[in-house]
Amino acid sequence: MSISAGGAGGLVSFRVGADPYIRRRLRISLVFKWICRLLTYSSLAVLGVLLTSIIVKSLDRLSFDFLTSYSSVDPERCGILAGVWGTFWLVLLTAFFSIPVGVGSAVYLEELAKDSFFVRVIRINLSNLAGVPSIVYGILGLTLFRPMTEFLSGLFDGRHAVNVLGLFRLRLMRLEIFDGCVLAGALTISLVILPTVIIASQEALRAVPSSIRVASLALGATRWQTIWRQVLPASLPGIATGVILSISRAMGEAAPLMMIGVLTKTTLCPGGIESPLQLLRSPGRILSVPFDQFTAMPVAIYDWSKQPDPLDRFASVAAAGIVVLLAVLLSINAAALIVRVRASRNLKW
Amino acid sequence: MPAIGSGMTAVPPSVPGVDRNLDTSGHAAAIDVRGMNFYYGDHQVLYDITLTVPERSVTALIGPSGCGKSTFLRTLNRMNDLIEGARCTGECLVEGQNIMDSSVDVVLLRKHVGMVFQKSTPFPKSIFENVAYGPRVAGERNRAVLGDLVESCLRRAALWEEVKDRLGTSAMALSGGQQQRLCIARTLATNPKIILMDEPASALDPASTDRIENLIGELCANYTIVIVTHNMQQASRVSHQTAFFFKGRLVECGPTMKIFTSPSERQTEDYITGRFG
Repeated sequence: MSISAGGAGGLVSFRVGADPYIRRRLRISLVFKWICRLLTYSSLAVLGVLLTSIIVKSLDRLSFDFLTSYSSVDPERCGILAGVWGTFWLVLLTAFFSIPVGVGSAVYLEELAKDSFFVRVIRINLSNLAGVPSIVYGILGLTLFRPMTEFLSGLFDGRHAVNVLGLFRLRLMRLEIFDGCVLAGALTISLVILPTVIIASQEALRAVPSSIRVASLALGATRWQTIWRQVLPASLPGIATGVILSISRAMGEAAPLMMIGVLTKTTLCPGGIESPLQLLRSPGRILSVPFDQFTAMPVAIYDWSKQPDPLDRFASVAAAGIVVLLAVLLSINAAALIVRVRASRNLKW
Repeated sequence: MPAIGSGMTAVPPSVPGVDRNLDTSGHAAAIDVRGMNFYYGDHQVLYDITLTVPERSVTALIGPSGCGKSTFLRTLNRMNDLIEGARCTGECLVEGQNIMDSSVDVVLLRKHVGMVFQKSTPFPKSIFENVAYGPRVAGERNRAVLGDLVESCLRRAALWEEVKDRLGTSAMALSGGQQQRLCIARTLATNPKIILMDEPASALDPASTDRIENLIGELCANYTIVIVTHNMQQASRVSHQTAFFFKGRLVECGPTMKIFTSPSERQTEDYITGRFG
């Protein structure tokens, strides 16, 4: 059925393809759409192939047993327990350092600082800092945080501390060669993610309409009250999303940790805590966590992938490690999504 | 050229509570501005403003866009402090104290001189928390005291009946007119003596505007109100005194009936009769 308008002579036609020029333009836009679609799906396909091959490879080793065993020279018994706990404490401490510093800096830069030359330099360079390769921060960690934590742990180490507090039993097991401890790792990783945390928090603060600040100040609130009671709660979803995504990035970092010299094949969990139950039974052990050596999931995975094995059985161990890491990352990102959706439900302007 | 005042049209009746024939000469001055100049950086916005606002009355500030009336309003509770590069000279006496003085605590000043903005800006919190915010930041913690205060403020803002069953729900869900009355209630909760209103009804529909105007009529028995408005009719309906600003200068200030029927200045008449602006 042809639709021709214009009445008697059919001089005007709205039929598709009636105008050759428009037909050509339509064809171009169609081609463009297909190119974009192809680009999108080709990268997705690569990702799919990767994921499938890893999951297939991991099936040999992936089991509950894998989560509860230490790394071993025997691929059949090799597990990621130390890596899981190491990453857990690492992320916890990283959050402990980077959230207050990051959000505090963002509040200062966005809400409090006068627009001076110095402040402007900081603002501009934050995005540059976010682009610095993490290995560079690793060098910083090696030269600054590792000696610092070695010194600190020396203060707490020794018989007196053991006798007085009863908490530093593990210090007696300390290795002769001091490797990077959880604290040094967390400080280094904090440096890696701080610029991103600050930038994300700044964006979130900027999204709060200034009318909220003005209204609060006009009601006799101080600057501090305005920030604490209005601006921060209103920007919390954005800040939380930024922080969670930064931390999930921190979890995948291996390079800076290897730079400060974390363990690879260790049968030590920080604080000697091997299960949540142990954590509940003797919470005092947490105190020794920061100064313990550790390994993290990506470091362990890297180590396994280089493990010489004629039957290539360590490849499936590494694959299993990757699957565990990915599962944790995805669940953290899902948490970020939920936080954002739930918290922003009440915030509309 | 016709004589000044000959082109004037009839003045609309005032809202209940506003007696435009009220003699405010016996009222003490709530605000006494003397020789105020205001600058944004090098750009001078206000020139030598001298104006007295009698207490318990409504003063309307009118004038074309960019004439400085909003800037003037914001100097009265130092909201211009928030703008970098803003500078003010001259005197502005509130309760006998020069509020331009650097020793003035703006937090105390803003509790005494409340402000309602053009765009209603409820906080993304419950209705109750919106009204209780001012007292809370001033240190009030007692739930019972806050509850009574919230109710009395919502009543005075003519909003209580509409929201009393849903104080815990988000203020964002209210209509535009309700949000603006909520903002007025929120301002009342800090127990101010003076309320500054910056075009409080310009974003509202006629029915909501009517309610706000009536509310001003009720409030002016106990509060001093200074209102900036672009709506000439509104200025004539709600105010005892009208001040006409033009290009940063106060052209004329006097009783509303006089300004709207027999202004002394040609510019005032031209503006009011709609010949420019």
